[in-house]
Amino acid sequence: MKIKINNKNFECKKGEVILDVALRNGIKIPAICRHTDLEPQNSCRLCLVEIKGRGLQTSCSTKVENGMEILTESPEIKKLRKINLELLFAQHIEQCSTCNWSYKCKLLELAREYNIKITKFDDRKKNFPTYQFGPSVIFDSSKCIDCKNCIAMCKKQGVGFLDNKEKNGFFCTLPGEKKECVYCGQCITHCPSGAFEEVSSIKEVEKVLLKGNVIFQFAPAIRSSIGEEFGLPYGSITTGKLVTALKKLGAKKVFDVSFSADITTIEEGWELIERLSENKNLPMFTSCCPSWVRYVEVYKPELIKHLTSVRSPHIILGGLIKQSEDNSIVVSIMPCVSKKYEITREELKIDGVSPVDYVLTTRELGRMIRKNKINFNQLEESELDYPYGEATGAGVIYGVTGGVMESALRTVYEKMTGKRLKDINLRVVRGFKGIKEAEIKIGKRKVRVAVINGLGNVENFDYKKYDYVEVMACPGGCIGGGGQPIPINNDIRKKRAESLYNIDKKKKIRLAHESPFVEKAYKECLKNKKIIHKICHTTYGNNKNK
Amino acid sequence: MDILKKLKASDLKGRGGGNFSVALKWELAKKAKNKEKYVICNASEGEPNVFKDKYILDNYLSEVINGINIAVDFIKAKDSYIYLNKNYKLRGNTGKCIIFKKTSGYIGGEETAIVESIEGKRAEPRFKPPFLTDRGLFNCPTIMNNVETFYYVSKIDKGQYNKTRFYSINGDVLNEGVYELPINMSMFDVLKQTGNYPDFDFFVQVGGGASGEIMLPQELKKPAFGAGSITIYNREKTDIYALMEKWAEFFHTGNCDKCAPCREGAFRIYEMIKKRDINYEVLDDIFLNLKKSSFCALGKSIPIPFESLIKKVK
Repeated sequence: MKIKINNKNFECKKGEVILDVALRNGIKIPAICRHTDLEPQNSCRLCLVEIKGRGLQTSCSTKVENGMEILTESPEIKKLRKINLELLFAQHIEQCSTCNWSYKCKLLELAREYNIKITKFDDRKKNFPTYQFGPSVIFDSSKCIDCKNCIAMCKKQGVGFLDNKEKNGFFCTLPGEKKECVYCGQCITHCPSGAFEEVSSIKEVEKVLLKGNVIFQFAPAIRSSIGEEFGLPYGSITTGKLVTALKKLGAKKVFDVSFSADITTIEEGWELIERLSENKNLPMFTSCCPSWVRYVEVYKPELIKHLTSVRSPHIILGGLIKQSEDNSIVVSIMPCVSKKYEITREELKIDGVSPVDYVLTTRELGRMIRKNKINFNQLEESELDYPYGEATGAGVIYGVTGGVMESALRTVYEKMTGKRLKDINLRVVRGFKGIKEAEIKIGKRKVRVAVINGLGNVENFDYKKYDYVEVMACPGGCIGGGGQPIPINNDIRKKRAESLYNIDKKKKIRLAHESPFVEKAYKECLKNKKIIHKICHTTYGNNKNK
Repeated sequence: MDILKKLKASDLKGRGGGNFSVALKWELAKKAKNKEKYVICNASEGEPNVFKDKYILDNYLSEVINGINIAVDFIKAKDSYIYLNKNYKLRGNTGKCIIFKKTSGYIGGEETAIVESIEGKRAEPRFKPPFLTDRGLFNCPTIMNNVETFYYVSKIDKGQYNKTRFYSINGDVLNEGVYELPINMSMFDVLKQTGNYPDFDFFVQVGGGASGEIMLPQELKKPAFGAGSITIYNREKTDIYALMEKWAEFFHTGNCDKCAPCREGAFRIYEMIKKRDINYEVLDDIFLNLKKSSFCALGKSIPIPFESLIKKVK
């Protein structure tokens, strides 16, 4: 069908909203509360447009109709937007210098464009409290503009921890009393006003960096997203620059967690083979997503025995590093705020020592690089350090939903049949569908697998039908993690994911068990079952109320 | 003659304040294709100075239930609900009607918010379209009418409708109460007939004790509108700032806080009036945005009492 925007004709499809058609065609309409992952909130009222015969309507929620005539600008619309912006700023304490959105802030950009006085009203929220959820998430309610995206996202994640509560004549966003946060951090990436952010570890990391014994390790998903912190296109691959930047910040060594993802794959593969042969505790669930693990421990304890005992990749690598590098401090760069919680889990300690000392999110790393005036885009590329060098393609795709499943199946197939998969590109487990299913014939056995993309899909999932299930709390997997650069939407997730698959495609070695570095690690460090158990495996169920 | 023809002939309009054609609403719900349909009687009556629905429920409950049942039969509804003001009690037989006690404030009277509330969600208005007749309760076609409307449906069905309505008359009057009088009777005559026409200088608020418009004695040749309330204020004795503060507090605490102009605008109006420090330029800006950009009809109607009071009385 066709619609007219500002007297020009545009093609559009049934079911689309006006805003999307306009944005696609380069027509700017301000929309602060709109997030394409969620139903329109209709809260900020900035995206109002004039529809012939229907008057002013919000373009984020009004669907196109054939022949519709729309005006996106007029003196009246401008005035209404201006006043609504002033009212939005009336409930938002500006802390721009430390804000997640800082230089990308859409509110501030609009304040300039509409020439508003952001201090026209006194800040009614100046005494509003800040809440902390575990070691992961901070909610500064004085910055909240009440769009309720966080509540909707928390509900979509199947958690429902954040809620609307009445307080002093207002319905406010507040943590619920009966629910527990699982630290996925999706509230952070869906908040347009920076009210949610990670619990920062920058200060502590800066302090230990002075000692010169800091070893950085970075997650698979970081390489295709950190560039966005410096204005590079979504999904830009910057692995070499990332290593250089970490060295410039004072790292003694830099390792790639994709390397230890290969170890996770191998260990998890063995465990799956064992469980399949004994038909015990099936399906086996992945456990590298700490929010998923916490969700199981808090909300579905009956599933604890189904979780693989294998530790998440950065915990394994941290353990290896601590064995080989004396007195080292290990800092993980993660796309995740839940990893900040994971490292506090007591049972992960090896002889009383935590494998990982600090976790920085992709955003925090971006902030540190900027703060140190390192010109990221101009950096030379550097190689990773040894002995935990280059990862396989299997280790890299860990960063995207379905990646753990695909890596594991590549290895398990070969271990069980002695033959290589005909096509190691397992496209059935790729993509952003909420639940992906496949049945893979391995030898005589049909292995039924599923990939859960986004925690909210767990609720009505009939797990009993499967043998092996991957769960990632964040939509898209770690590339869409709660610690990743904002904004995040499906287009951006797609670009970050494509980049990881491209890296995999180009790698000479694409199966975890073929990695010479992994082989070396097993030969030199993970020599016997006892050591393997200590460094690569763990238990669950003790951390319920942390 | 079937009920739809009778409704059309009667020209009955919704008595909750929206004034929408009852026949048209019922026809839309009838035509909507769906296995399950619902009927809801809105008995939330959340505005100050409006109490005619309570009066009808107390005195003519069986007529109301009959009206609801006629709607149920007409669209073959699965269930019917009465969404009841939490301070109201129903005395008498309510048949198969499910009684749902309202838990929220003023906003809980908005029709889509009622649907959300019965579905177990927060009372917050929905985006329209789709309209309730198309996708209402549990996403099924739904007829929602006010108590008084269902009362008159019953009367129309029995051929006993004489184009009357119920007026809540209150304020500085001698004979406060609910009166059933012709719909087209002028407010002047309504006040005279009920012995309530003041012998002092006054103004009235018409159609609701918060969102109703302020009118002067010379404007009372028109019939009443909205929810049919007429509240008399003694012009000399009324502190208009205290009156505005009462309205402002009502809107600020009773709204749902979904959209920025209503959440923040209503609060800023309340603040300025409470402090008796009104910046009229800012006030006008907020009124403009409430009227033009707020999400639902309740937000859009907030400026009406203030603007009319300021213009006519201040």
